[in-house]
Amino acid sequence: MTIDWNAFTPWFSLAGGVLIGIAAAMFALLNGRIAGISGVLGGLLKPVNGDVAWRVAFILGLVVAPLAYALFSDLPRPEIDAGTGALVLAGLLVGIGTRYGSGCTSGHGVCGLSRLSPRSLAATLAFMGAGFVTVYVTRHLFGI
Amino acid sequence: MYILASFLAGLVFGVGLIVSGMANPAKVLGFLDLAGRWDPSLALVMAGAISVGLISFAVAKRRTQSFLGAEMKLPKARDIDRRLVGGGLLFGIGWGVAGFCPGPAVVALGMGEAKALVFVVAMLAGMGIFELLERRRPRQALAA
Repeated sequence: MTIDWNAFTPWFSLAGGVLIGIAAAMFALLNGRIAGISGVLGGLLKPVNGDVAWRVAFILGLVVAPLAYALFSDLPRPEIDAGTGALVLAGLLVGIGTRYGSGCTSGHGVCGLSRLSPRSLAATLAFMGAGFVTVYVTRHLFGI
Repeated sequence: MYILASFLAGLVFGVGLIVSGMANPAKVLGFLDLAGRWDPSLALVMAGAISVGLISFAVAKRRTQSFLGAEMKLPKARDIDRRLVGGGLLFGIGWGVAGFCPGPAVVALGMGEAKALVFVVAMLAGMGIFELLERRRPRQALAA
């Protein structure tokens, strides 16, 4: 393993992480809920009365975050190397997987680990492990 | 009030994702590429978020109502089953294919990225497929 020191952004990543933690804290302490993006989105596909507006508001907050960021600083462009086919496959897997697994990087990875939930630890190990193996296979075995 | 708090939590979460570098799939894949030139940044995102989360969820767990008077809806499920781990594995494969998990994809959508739109539509389709498959299941499973 070689560490890519040029790409490593310890302070920005730590600061961004703290902001994510604050957002999850706000959501738990004010709304009594877990800031799990896949759960918030997935609930919109099975709408229940009185359970829709807060979900839409949270997602809207995520969508306008780049606009808010751009008020203060130059917005970094995301580098998306995957082609359309790979994006569709990845989207389907992420959609199905996060719903079966009851959460994603935010719900299990951030909130669940913060709650010291063994269930979320198992889920996080599963998706992190699968992510590591997938990138190993695509980049180093198939050279994509 | 809940709606506003929800919006603000989403906004802060989204800004945190941008600041941390998580909204950039190339950076996420750099973290998942252990065998290549490894970018450890994402570990610090988790460390920053969880350090805030440990405190806030310790407070949240003791409360029966949120600070805005909402019912606390923190997950109670504890079982580590095939759905949890299998879902996590599928999610991890999808994450490794494109470098997108749900939150960053929604934020990248807000940046006007066409490729993020492709991913998000496929992800919602995946979540829809999950709902259809669930409807066929006689036993109702609890989602966290």
